[in-house]
Amino acid sequence: MEQQDIYISGSVCISRKEVRSGDAIVLEPGHDGDFFSDIYEKLDINYPKFFKMDALCKLGIAAAHVLLNGFDKSMYQPGEIGIVLSNRSGSIEADINYYESSKTFPSPSLFVYTLPNIVIGEISIRYGFKGENAFFISEEFDPEWTVFYVNNLMQHQGIKACICGWVDVEDGALDARFFLVEKGKENGINFTADSLKQECAAG
Amino acid sequence: MDKKELIYQLKQQIIKQLNLAGKTPEDIRDDDPLFVEGLGLDSIDALELIVLLQQEYNIKLKSAEEGQTIFRSVATMADYILEQQAGAAN
Repeated sequence: MEQQDIYISGSVCISRKEVRSGDAIVLEPGHDGDFFSDIYEKLDINYPKFFKMDALCKLGIAAAHVLLNGFDKSMYQPGEIGIVLSNRSGSIEADINYYESSKTFPSPSLFVYTLPNIVIGEISIRYGFKGENAFFISEEFDPEWTVFYVNNLMQHQGIKACICGWVDVEDGALDARFFLVEKGKENGINFTADSLKQECAAG
Repeated sequence: MDKKELIYQLKQQIIKQLNLAGKTPEDIRDDDPLFVEGLGLDSIDALELIVLLQQEYNIKLKSAEEGQTIFRSVATMADYILEQQAGAAN
């Protein structure tokens, strides 16, 4: 399979300022109240487990929710859908919260989020995805690496659709940039590093 | 504190500790199963309930097997707490 047979079929960017799907602004969250409660209600996420998650997983679940709106997962076997994400801060917020709880009674429900790849697990559980996955740590989002790695999964690991991108939470700042990539589903947006950069920069 | 008051307090504490958003004490019946059906709690929630007993009532479970009967419902949790408190007072 040549690289040009792989296409970006959707993109989502979430910051505190806005939730964007492709070029369209889906939501501009209010400044009052809890950000995640606000987007949970306004995006109609309808997944009570959301409230038990740490901020990184909430952000990932919200981004996947918008990204996969209209995605027909029945087109693929569960093992054909992969997830490749990256960030700068790992699970630092959950790490700090757990550390604080450990001064009195260590919280099991905080502990389970002290790895950044848990966000991949939460998305996989919600949507029933069972394909290859990976979580990378890097200073900045690296489109070249993402394209290289996802291409490799598609060429050698039986992956036909993949969520890839960046999901980072630190000091209250939120940054999610998710892309849905599919093999052979031509739409004119080739899966290249330049395309990812353009999608990211579009907002 | 009598059993009825304890049950209400436990419901409030469970909702807070387990982040059961949208639930109120009135939504949880005294004999509702806590796991699978009923409240639908999972294994991590079970660990949080153990922490709750220790944190709020200074009760440590002697073995994991005990949890299966103690955490059957809010009512069985209340019975266990009252039993432990009575035992400690004697």
